[in-house]
Amino acid sequence: MLASIPTFALVGVDSQEVTVEVDVRRGLPAFTLVGLPDAAVREARERVRAALLNSSLDFPLQRLTANLAPASMRKAGPSFDLALALGVLAASGQVPSEAVGGTAVCGELSLSGALRPVRGALATALGARAAGYERLIVPAENASEAALADGLEVLPVPSLQRLADHLHGRWKPEPACPHPVRSDRGPDAPDLADVRGQADAKRALEIAAAGGHNLLMVGPPGAGKTMVARRLPGILPPPSFDEALEITRIHGVAGLGDGRLAAERPFRAPHHTISPSGLVGGGSHPRPGEITLAHRGVLFLDEVAEFSRGALEALRQPLEDGFAEITRGQRSLTFPARTMLIAACNPCPCARPAGDCRCNDVDRLRYSRRLSGPLLDRIDLVCQAAAPPAAELVDQQGETLERSSAIRERVIAARERQCHRLSGSGAYCNADMDGRLTRRHGALGDRAVQRLLGSVEQGGLTGRGHDRVLRLARTIADLAGRPCISPAHLEEALGYRLASPVGIAA
Amino acid sequence: MSPAAGCTACDSCLRRGYLVGHLAGHIAGLLDRPHGRVTGLLALPDEKLVEAVAGEHTDDARAFLEDFDAAQARTSVERSGVVAVCRHDPGYPAQLENLADAPRVLFVKGQGDLASMSGPDPGVAVVGARRASAYGLEVARELGRGLGVAGVTVVSGLALGIDAQAHRGCLEGAGTPVAVLACGPDIPYPRTNRRLYERICERGLVITELPPGQRAFRWSFPARNRIMAGLARMTVVVEAAEPSGSLITSDFATQLGRPVGAVPGQVTSSRAAGSNALLKDGATFITSAEEVLDELFGSHRPRSRSGPGQEQVGSLPAADPVQALLLEAVEAGLGVDGACAHSGLPIHEVRAGLSRLEASGHVNRDALGIYRRAAAR
Repeated sequence: MLASIPTFALVGVDSQEVTVEVDVRRGLPAFTLVGLPDAAVREARERVRAALLNSSLDFPLQRLTANLAPASMRKAGPSFDLALALGVLAASGQVPSEAVGGTAVCGELSLSGALRPVRGALATALGARAAGYERLIVPAENASEAALADGLEVLPVPSLQRLADHLHGRWKPEPACPHPVRSDRGPDAPDLADVRGQADAKRALEIAAAGGHNLLMVGPPGAGKTMVARRLPGILPPPSFDEALEITRIHGVAGLGDGRLAAERPFRAPHHTISPSGLVGGGSHPRPGEITLAHRGVLFLDEVAEFSRGALEALRQPLEDGFAEITRGQRSLTFPARTMLIAACNPCPCARPAGDCRCNDVDRLRYSRRLSGPLLDRIDLVCQAAAPPAAELVDQQGETLERSSAIRERVIAARERQCHRLSGSGAYCNADMDGRLTRRHGALGDRAVQRLLGSVEQGGLTGRGHDRVLRLARTIADLAGRPCISPAHLEEALGYRLASPVGIAA
Repeated sequence: MSPAAGCTACDSCLRRGYLVGHLAGHIAGLLDRPHGRVTGLLALPDEKLVEAVAGEHTDDARAFLEDFDAAQARTSVERSGVVAVCRHDPGYPAQLENLADAPRVLFVKGQGDLASMSGPDPGVAVVGARRASAYGLEVARELGRGLGVAGVTVVSGLALGIDAQAHRGCLEGAGTPVAVLACGPDIPYPRTNRRLYERICERGLVITELPPGQRAFRWSFPARNRIMAGLARMTVVVEAAEPSGSLITSDFATQLGRPVGAVPGQVTSSRAAGSNALLKDGATFITSAEEVLDELFGSHRPRSRSGPGQEQVGSLPAADPVQALLLEAVEAGLGVDGACAHSGLPIHEVRAGLSRLEASGHVNRDALGIYRRAAAR
């Protein structure tokens, strides 16, 4: 007899339908698995056999052939176990095959017959919904994540025995519903009110958040660069439902996340020893890299000058395009990678406080050159993070600093202005504006125009730098709620721009 | 003396120039110390020089002298766009004759006028360390610019650091830069300064005693320092460690009885130990191009010539106390946050104010955006 059971394989951060066909017929007892399985999939035969027998079900002593279609695609991982076991049950007549119709399954089996959770439950559920299935059977632990895909009945099943009971109509699983979204930010969430001093870094962070600009923080070790960067998700607008779904799906595929809908944007801070494929994704079965895990959130590169040249080069295309394209062998995959970049570095290679620093200008130039090129091209702001004087850390108990929620309101208002202005242009925030859009929307007062032109002529700004300053000034004006860029906005933007090295170039 | 004039050197002087090039490797063998001086050697007549340095290759060197083909040498000099000027030539800078071992022939490249070097307004040598501080680099550039604007030729050695900055400043001030090289005149050494070399060729002069195609040797650096000191009416050391090539230049200048000036450096910095020691020994205290001019021409010389690079730094509006406070903060190295605290202004006004100070030339930023006070002009 033949049975075919639909399941789903993860491809990048999406899922693709795989049909598990099981054929049971008379012959010498054997279990053959075809359809480009990898080692973990081949081992499924042993898990299926033991799980069936331990669940008081029969493992037919006949010739079994299982095929994973499409046969041209490589299959990896243990998520096909449940489909294989169900296929064997249906093909050997142990469960009614009509009960299986319209239902997709996924799950890993333990030898006891219990179902283990798999990665990417939400991606699988979204795939099943898109492929037109009504029901998805998943391990109980994955149920709430999979249930985020509405319009699909998600049935949590604890074990193979229970699954058989369900198909015989002896037991009915409770359809899963998603966990409630974690309510607003808890009192322990990192808040900018915890950060004393750092006026410059905080202001730059607010501007970066308001316009979606990438930011470079320069400051000595221990100044609190990481602490400030960590608080960026708290002042960014909360993710919309679709964005949250994307974040949850990606984190589910990577095995992160707790099955709840993401309430906050992700913050990823990879160590500087990371490899290029760790950063943008890769591997023989390509997995998402850090930049994809930071999709719709923040990628923080501390000690950015210490990252390998290759890793920084690899960031160029994803930062430019908003997705990472990975080509391995015969196939190529696209990972979403729309993220804000925060980079941090020391003011000089020795990283000692200003008084003890013994670096000369050549050393500093060499250090700053390590960052140059493609990465700096994508950075709109540079700010200074200074270690606050000790007095500032303890004093001022009474003084209340502005909370992240207040800043977030300003950021949201500024973003709404941009959204309104840019609607229909393909850009969503000021950082997305190209040169043409920048010039159209960067309305300047007379005096401001002249000043900017003046500094361009002095050679202080290149054409690209000119657009960048204008974009930044536009965001500052949006934060202030002004329709036009005033000279003060422009001057502030010029203060944050990336300067070319002074007094060195020929 | 423009390149069109061709090779005016007499045969024997030209032969001498090529002989020094031929023996360069042997001279290098004799001197193993890094700053070994060749004063005595280069003063010797041809025959004695061969005996002194050629050793077992004496015959070879004699054969070189006998077989020397002046016409062929002239062709190769002209082909590389170089002019050879010998001591017997009226264009030869007269002030070099004060050197006991003045080069018999100079190989010159560039559009500048060599004759102006012997005129009443000869050059000032601005020299210093290759690994210099930001402060040193900035002062060197300002000195070069100020002297260039005043129409004074700036002589230096095209080395990295101070030398190159002095040349750049001079070009900015529309002055005439003169680079004295330790290799042939057609070789931009160090290669990093290739573009600067080209600009000097366009606007000024590249001078050397070694024939075209000759590479640099260790000894040829102190040797070219004597030419720098000999050409210039005054030598200014911007930043020099101890010992250093710049101090060799100032020694030569002292021996020639020419004034030596030095720019004060940080007393805690070994990079400025040499130049500070010069000040202690009585070198003129130099803080700006004006002081160099005062030393050269007396303190009431009417000067200044209009030209690019002369634009003045916008003066600090005394009525703007905010700008003054911000400037104080930058001078004290307080950083942006410090400037915020010092001035009591909100951060967005501080950033805007610093931008205004930058636009008016009072402060500048390094590659990572850290503000510092610009050198006073």
